[in-house]
Amino acid sequence: MMAALEIRGLEKSYPSTFGTRRIPVLRGIDLTVAPGEIYGFLGPNGAGKTTTIKCILGLLRPDRGSIRLLGRDADSLESRRNLGFLPENPYFYEYLTIRELLHFTGRLFCMSGADRKRRVEEVLRQAGLWGREETKLGKCSKGMIQRAGLAQALVQDPEVLILDEPFSGLDPVGRKELRDLVLSLKSSGRTIFFSSHILQDMELMVDRVAIIINGRLVREGRLDELVSRSVRHYELVVDGVDEKDAARTGLAGERRDNHTIIRVESLEEVNQKIRAVHVLSGRIAAMIPVKLTLEDIFMREIGK
Amino acid sequence: MKIPAIALNTFREAVRNKVFYLLLFFGVFFAFSSRFVSMLSVGDQQKVLMDVGLGSIHFFSVLVAIFTGINLVYKEIEKKTIYNILSKPITRLEFVLGKFAGLALTLLVALASMALLFFLFLFVTTGSFAPRCLIFFGLLYIELLIITSLSLVFSSFSTPILSSIFTVTLYLVGQVLWTFQEFKTRLHEPFSRYVATALYYLLPNLDKFNVKNEVVMDMPLPGGRLLAAAAYGIVYVAALLTLAVVIFRRRELK
Repeated sequence: MMAALEIRGLEKSYPSTFGTRRIPVLRGIDLTVAPGEIYGFLGPNGAGKTTTIKCILGLLRPDRGSIRLLGRDADSLESRRNLGFLPENPYFYEYLTIRELLHFTGRLFCMSGADRKRRVEEVLRQAGLWGREETKLGKCSKGMIQRAGLAQALVQDPEVLILDEPFSGLDPVGRKELRDLVLSLKSSGRTIFFSSHILQDMELMVDRVAIIINGRLVREGRLDELVSRSVRHYELVVDGVDEKDAARTGLAGERRDNHTIIRVESLEEVNQKIRAVHVLSGRIAAMIPVKLTLEDIFMREIGK
Repeated sequence: MKIPAIALNTFREAVRNKVFYLLLFFGVFFAFSSRFVSMLSVGDQQKVLMDVGLGSIHFFSVLVAIFTGINLVYKEIEKKTIYNILSKPITRLEFVLGKFAGLALTLLVALASMALLFFLFLFVTTGSFAPRCLIFFGLLYIELLIITSLSLVFSSFSTPILSSIFTVTLYLVGQVLWTFQEFKTRLHEPFSRYVATALYYLLPNLDKFNVKNEVVMDMPLPGGRLLAAAAYGIVYVAALLTLAVVIFRRRELK
């Protein structure tokens, strides 16, 4: 099956301030995004996420490597016809209304008047902007700009969407709405490649994820492979056991707000601990299975 | 379709910006100053009105050309709207041509509005029309296109302040470029003479487009001179746009 996006050996460097040497920003990126999947591109600020995206869009010329979009060279105009892009902190012409922006975008794709009118209405509804289309972009809230940005990325009905930090600056409601919209786009068969450093959003949406640090991909794979679905360990929250008794019977743990929190590695051990607590006339207040999160992996990779 | 879309959007930005407030200011300034000067001066009132009016139009339209050209291209890069445009199936050639066409349309509308105001004012004040002023406006428009193309070249690689300085400098040099020919005859070293000759042919000779004195004083304006000036202007604009495209193609948008 043809990949929606395929990057091989991508390298990019920028000249230093005085142009005496080149500073590497991307040091050989390889990744493949399958059609119809949501691919998360995760990394701390300055890791090379936006540079990678700019190389995909042809705004920057790679030093080395190849980028193919739906089987075509990403630099070709043809491949960009099938690409929708939402920039980070999108700035659009403040003097345009949302409707004017969408029509302008449609014209750049050489859409006919009737086609444009139909698609503009569709994307306005899809992005939740119906009824607010005459608002000038200079007067829009951050959330509305983000929606307008997504709407303009969808005008020509692209197969692949690239979203650069789509959640930055959105409040929790805005993030939830954007997540739902992206998931609905996936269900209509589109491929979505998005960069973010907001792990929670990523964990709720992506099929696959790549972690980029210092211009290198340090992890790449299916989210469910990276983030173990199985429990890493359990935390038993115990009440009513004297600290000395607890230490004597192997129930030592961390004291927190009149509770003792005991880290337990297996279910078998959980049962042993519960019996020990009952012997000491204590009470199990809670048992929390602790899973490995994307954040754990991310923090491990960036060495914190 | 793509070039007209970018052109119309550029025009819309200029119109929704402050350019037309400047024109309004010009209208008021012109209406008062030329009448005031004509009252103070001795001689043909119509000639004074034309002299001051055409001079003001020249000055204000050059200002509009320099600052609209630099500002609109700079803002595209500074406000990052260009990222969004160039991520669409748009070549950099189409972008530069679209921007130029939009600026050319803005200048056409601006100059036409000023010319209309000028003719109206002249007619109300003196009862005459002075159709030869149309030649002045035609050549001024070509001069404005050269200035816009210069500002496009500079803003394709430089900051707005430097672009303004470069464009204004070249505009001023362009007004007195004819002195380079005089200057050349006084140079003795062959190298300096080559440099002076090269500069004379490379820099924009904007004096070719200034026919204000001939129009105001009713002096002859041979058709050959006008055609040569127009052809020079068109070739110069085409060369500058080619240069702007070449530079802009190489530019990386970090």
